[in-house]
Amino acid sequence: MSYTPDRSLYPATRPDGTLDIDLTSGKYLKLWQGPQHPGITGNMSVELTVCGDEVVEGKTHVGYLHRGFEKLMERRTFIQVFPIVCRVCVPEPDFNEYCYAAAVEELAGIEAPERARWIRTLILEMGRINSYMMYLGGQSGAFGLGVIGQWTTYVRDLMLDRFEELTGARIYHMFILPGGVRDGLPEGFEGRMEETLREIERTLKDVEEVMFRNAVFKKRAIGLGYIDPALMDTYGVTGPNARAGGVAKDVRKDQPYLVYPELDFEPVMGTDSDCYARADVRRRDVQVSVDLIRQILAKMPHDGPVMAKLPNVLHWKIPRGETYIRGECSRGEYGYYLVTDGSGYPRRINVRGPSYTHAMALLERLIVNVNISDVAGLMVSLHTYPPEIER
Amino acid sequence: MKPELMKRMVKGPDGQEFEVEPLRDYYCEAAPTVMPAAYIKIVEDFFNWARSESIWILGFGTGCGAIEMRPLMTPRFDAYRYGVQWRPTPRQSNLFIISGYLSVKTLKRAIRSYEQMQSPKYVIGLGSCTINGGMYWDSYNTIKRLDDYLPVDLYIAGCMPRPEALLAGFMDMKKIIRAGNAEGANKYAENFDWYKANQKQVIHDWDMPDYNW
Amino acid sequence: MRELHQRLKSLFPLGELTEQRPDLGFVTVPAEYLRPLLLQLSDREGFTHLVLLTAVDWIEDGQFQLTYLLSNRGAARDLGVRVMIPRPANGLATMDGIHDIWPTAATYQRELREMFGIDFPGSPRVDEEFILEGWIDKPPYRRDFDTKKFSEENFNHRPGRETRDPEQYMKQQLYPDGK
Repeated sequence: MSYTPDRSLYPATRPDGTLDIDLTSGKYLKLWQGPQHPGITGNMSVELTVCGDEVVEGKTHVGYLHRGFEKLMERRTFIQVFPIVCRVCVPEPDFNEYCYAAAVEELAGIEAPERARWIRTLILEMGRINSYMMYLGGQSGAFGLGVIGQWTTYVRDLMLDRFEELTGARIYHMFILPGGVRDGLPEGFEGRMEETLREIERTLKDVEEVMFRNAVFKKRAIGLGYIDPALMDTYGVTGPNARAGGVAKDVRKDQPYLVYPELDFEPVMGTDSDCYARADVRRRDVQVSVDLIRQILAKMPHDGPVMAKLPNVLHWKIPRGETYIRGECSRGEYGYYLVTDGSGYPRRINVRGPSYTHAMALLERLIVNVNISDVAGLMVSLHTYPPEIER
Repeated sequence: MKPELMKRMVKGPDGQEFEVEPLRDYYCEAAPTVMPAAYIKIVEDFFNWARSESIWILGFGTGCGAIEMRPLMTPRFDAYRYGVQWRPTPRQSNLFIISGYLSVKTLKRAIRSYEQMQSPKYVIGLGSCTINGGMYWDSYNTIKRLDDYLPVDLYIAGCMPRPEALLAGFMDMKKIIRAGNAEGANKYAENFDWYKANQKQVIHDWDMPDYNW
Repeated sequence: MRELHQRLKSLFPLGELTEQRPDLGFVTVPAEYLRPLLLQLSDREGFTHLVLLTAVDWIEDGQFQLTYLLSNRGAARDLGVRVMIPRPANGLATMDGIHDIWPTAATYQRELREMFGIDFPGSPRVDEEFILEGWIDKPPYRRDFDTKKFSEENFNHRPGRETRDPEQYMKQQLYPDGK
């Protein structure tokens, strides 16, 4: 049985590429999804124009979480910026701390000690697992499998316990500061970490059985939101979204930072570039992070300084310069562009969040011709966090 | 004001033209009224007991505090055992947790969501940024005092508060409701003009009716 | 990086190359040569990924610096292209858009239009509100916009917040007897 869509129902395209939607004709309906809506990734909204139950046009609206970070940073000294950078992205704050710290270190000519670099890598990988666990729960929840979210949030809580042990905080860790990290590992941390990792691996197996072999999930996720691999660069797609389409974009391999050159891992790749492939890449990427944490704990030095000597932070001036630091976070390339002008305050900091390109230009392209009930699943599958779009 | 909200002529399906003024036609203009207590104290106490045992939260994550909601819904902290649960729509919920800073753009949506909730309704301000601006005290886009714009019953301090703090907050909220002190909705109705004046002072493009039922 | 700069310099009037790291360089180009340079970089040199587009406000010089950061993943290196455009004290600066080369640039251009007041005529949805709603002041990321003053004038503050000068406060804490 083949299906031929009735093209007469679709709006005509004007010569400039926009759609000719006549809302008074009664064929179309404007439908807002969000910001107060259970099927939306955080506090953002999508303005859908639907025809029947199919979307003909979608426009992303952001700005509900705008706090003006880039302006606030300009009127704080270099050390005062450190406690607010992590608040840019809530579910995975550590990349902000790392990118900011590395950018300041590069421009100020400070080198972080060896042990601090290992601990930084450890924290980034732990944060990556947290973020993926959030994602797996959200993705299955968007397709009606509530139980996966219960399991993954539970193991995420276990990982948050390890974070609490290491840094003293659950969500905003404020541990990686310019010059190094605040402290070394606590006593017996490796053993408790190993227990947590085993629990994660056990949950991953369950998730694979219940989510990835589930007929409902397969039926709804396979073929949804296909990204053409040729468009990856044009649309600035990075991270797991690109790797699921067979484009091996992984900053950890392409431009290794911290101690990644000394660790042994392979970026996870997919082929199908649809919602299912993206979920699968992320699930297998959790396993990679688990292996990386084991390697880090086995190889890292256990004594030595964790903090380089900083100048007096009250009179800390950094000479004029500009730099860009990137890292591979769980959603793609995270970067900080820092410009200094020789004064005690940063001239300009620009945060490049991966969601910026994924949630705006890419989502607006993918959302066309998707069923309304699949919009939530599509949005989650791009793994976007609104606070890093608008800062 | 957006063009679709302006007064205009519309042609109906039967060819007849008529005038539409969306802000007046699509919304009810009546302002909120104070809800009197039940006629006898024991009945009112019974109502308050029932209300305190069924706190239904509006699932609207307005800020970073929303990240601690997920652990609360799941087995580790499990707020459901206290009669607390999350609802997707304002019509079904009676507790609005403002989870963190409110940017001016979100404040507008939060007001609409709050006004659509059924009375009696309660508001919890979560995080330091709802109390005095917190980290964002000098930001140009976030409000600094939540209680100027919505009637807040309870604040939970912290940046961000732990799930245990939220659970303790729910317990305190229950005590307040059971004692009959959670009069936020009535306060809002009584001081309606004051709240509206405050809201319009920061929302410069006010393009909605004064009260959204 | 050096030979790439030499190669490009024979085609375009480029400024000096600032080598920040072996894999990251910055170069300045006049605004009218930006488009051919970006096309050359993306089509011939493999810089296919637009990492970010942002602006820096050099208010002392009366200039905006636009930074187009491009990445070549195969060669693992990045090139930042700087363009200096005049900065009018009031009103909009203007620049040509690059949204037809990278569709994602349209989002960056919307942000710059709103936050810096740099207009990109013809860019999709560039005049719509992007992040702010009902904004009444000058574009907030400009250096002459004072966020603290704006916040004090526009929002009600709860009394009781203490602000201390970090230097004086540290002195008091560490040397209470004033030595």
